[in-house]
Amino acid sequence: MSSIGSDFQQDFFRLFDLPLCFQLDTALLEQHYRALQVQFHPDKFSHLPEAEQRLSMQWSTRINEGYQTLRKPLNRARYLLALRGVDTQEETNTAMPLDFLMAQMEWREDIAAARQAKDDAALDGLADKLRQQTRSLEQQLGHLLDDEQDYLAAAGIVRKLKFFEKLAEEIASAFDELDH
Amino acid sequence: MALLQISEPGLSAAPHQHRLAIGIDLGTTNSLVATVRNGISLVLNDEHGRALLPSVVRYLADGAVQVGDAAQAVQSEDPVNTIVSVKRFMGRGLNDVGDVANLPYRFVDSPGMLQLRTIAGVKSPVEVSAEILKVLRDRAEQSLGGELVGAVITVPAYFDDAQRQATKDAARLAGLNVLRLLNEPTAAAIAYGLDNASEGIYAVYDLGGGTFDISILKLAKGVFEVLATNGDSALGGDDFDHRLYCWLLEKNRLSALGAHDTRALLTRARAAKEELTDRVETRITAVLGSGEMIDTAVTQEDFHAMTQNLVARTLQPMRRALRDAGLSVDEIKGVVMVGGSTRMPQVQRAVADFFKQVPLTNLDPDKVVALGAAIQANVLAGNRSEDDWLLLDVCPLSLGIETMGGLTEKIIPRNSTIPTARAQEFTTFKDGQTAMSVHVVQGERELVSDCRSLARFDLRGIPPMVAGSARIRVTYQIDADGLLSVSAREQSCGVEAHIVVKPSYGLSDAEITRMLQESHGHARDDMQARALREQQVEASQLLEAVVNALEQDGQSLLSADERAGIAAAMDELRARLQDGDHLVIKRAVGQLNDATVGFAQRRMDKSVSHALTGHKISELDN
Repeated sequence: MSSIGSDFQQDFFRLFDLPLCFQLDTALLEQHYRALQVQFHPDKFSHLPEAEQRLSMQWSTRINEGYQTLRKPLNRARYLLALRGVDTQEETNTAMPLDFLMAQMEWREDIAAARQAKDDAALDGLADKLRQQTRSLEQQLGHLLDDEQDYLAAAGIVRKLKFFEKLAEEIASAFDELDH
Repeated sequence: MALLQISEPGLSAAPHQHRLAIGIDLGTTNSLVATVRNGISLVLNDEHGRALLPSVVRYLADGAVQVGDAAQAVQSEDPVNTIVSVKRFMGRGLNDVGDVANLPYRFVDSPGMLQLRTIAGVKSPVEVSAEILKVLRDRAEQSLGGELVGAVITVPAYFDDAQRQATKDAARLAGLNVLRLLNEPTAAAIAYGLDNASEGIYAVYDLGGGTFDISILKLAKGVFEVLATNGDSALGGDDFDHRLYCWLLEKNRLSALGAHDTRALLTRARAAKEELTDRVETRITAVLGSGEMIDTAVTQEDFHAMTQNLVARTLQPMRRALRDAGLSVDEIKGVVMVGGSTRMPQVQRAVADFFKQVPLTNLDPDKVVALGAAIQANVLAGNRSEDDWLLLDVCPLSLGIETMGGLTEKIIPRNSTIPTARAQEFTTFKDGQTAMSVHVVQGERELVSDCRSLARFDLRGIPPMVAGSARIRVTYQIDADGLLSVSAREQSCGVEAHIVVKPSYGLSDAEITRMLQESHGHARDDMQARALREQQVEASQLLEAVVNALEQDGQSLLSADERAGIAAAMDELRARLQDGDHLVIKRAVGQLNDATVGFAQRRMDKSVSHALTGHKISELDN
């Protein structure tokens, strides 16, 4: 991608013309996302020369990537921290609070039990509970990132949310199995 | 210029160049072609006034080919050489096609995709499909009276990379410039949405002759956004015929039949299925080759009971699509029915029960996909419509790579909005290692062996280094057609080993050329003439685009030298345009393209930096 101009390196907040913060107006993000895709999607370039078609695919890809990064709270937090030069240490830092790890084990047991019993009501309940806990952590993140500027503490929450993301994937694949 | 055909009435003040573009629904059972004329999307009929072209191709001993009704009429007499429902074989190996024994063909297993042995030689499903597309292309050219700029070809949303690539290859083989592969339910949504000016979240239930798709779309402010799609690319009306056929065998205590009897009974079963749409009972009668007489009554109740589990198989993808979209049934504003198989009352009932509402059927389920494809083709060809709208589609299946122990690591999840890309960095694990291999798969399962293999490739020419110090960046790109390409380069020491991988089942340009040369009806001169015209059209379009770009940004973005360079390349191309050699024009086109790459980039950067500031927020609110 060395052929791409300098603007390609601008951060996603600037690309979407949004303030650099965690608590963002997701309706405005969606509006700006659509406004950008309306201009740069390959469908708008298909009658133009090859070079422009290629560039539009690259930009449209980047707009999609930016949208996914900013839309999902965990991705957004991770991205904000990276822009601040903070490593979230998701692979390296495994020192999690003991009660959090205990709760994780319970989660896994509950999901495994619901999976085995093919109990979709139980899975629905677990998914709801997980959503609530995720939302509560995301609120903490907003406070830490935007108000306190406590990036190290925020990185800790990101590591916790990463565990939650894995749990959500497990629940999703248990649902998929139900359909087989 | 060759590409100027007709100007739209009412626009004579500023001569509008209407570019001829078509949408093709390449169906399992029937195929159609549509176009936009005077702002209205319409299906093009053949000289007998028929819109539907049966997707049936018959090969004859003298090399001639019959397509459509003529082939369908003799399918029972010549079942081995008359290929029905070829779409089910596109991009599939012999192992993928269930119940090979009950199909009247002579299959040839070959790597990547099966082939069929006919009286005219071994044919790949790509070649068979190309015959259907050629007939539709000719129909469109005759009806529109000019050269086509290109076509949008529809594919089932749940088609994987191999099936999409095969479809695109078939179109190229038929001499069509593919503007886009468009997902069938999305095409239907365009036709419906633009017709009814709807807003909200819609589900499109598309049960065709051989494939099933469910798509959930959000329609808002001129944007069609696919939120999730799911389906089964081997489930359709054919399976209902087949179930009835098997029931018939059982009922009459028949064992394995010959190819003629099989085809005859399958045809009768299909007719009975259609009759049972609005009748409670029908009879199936036939005389077998042995002289034995079949005369069996079948009721709607029998038929619904024997096909119950087929209908049920469509419910699972519906649940998954909703879950992936993060929606519940009550959030779906409307359900659109697409595909001839949705005429079956038991299907309509099941969908109504699932979504707790009566599905919409006010557009012809056979035509709606082609109509939507034509609308999209019209926009892609550059015929700007007044109501500017955009389509955002997704990839139906997750993309992954093989990791240790035959496990899949997902790199692009299903239902990602396309185009999309993901880069991964690899390193070497041995000192002096100069090659490594990557295996790309598509599918949702954890084991690589349960997914579909897309491409296996080796990265070679890695400079020998200490283990772990090479940095190879592999980029997986899914384009707006849903097709994958992979590129890789080594970045640590500036050696750019750039490779582009095409999956193994796609046809190379050389193979396409060879098939074109071999195919009858394409005399060599004819091909030359076509290639020349196509190249002239492309050259004219390029010149037009560059002139426009220069007018807008030539002064502000280019130095005098750069402008002179581009002007020279344009002069060269103009001078070559009347040369009778398409290769000479092609070279000049390439040179002009190269000369304008930097300019294109600057223009793009400029428009990106003005993209949102140019709009007032109030404008975006509307």
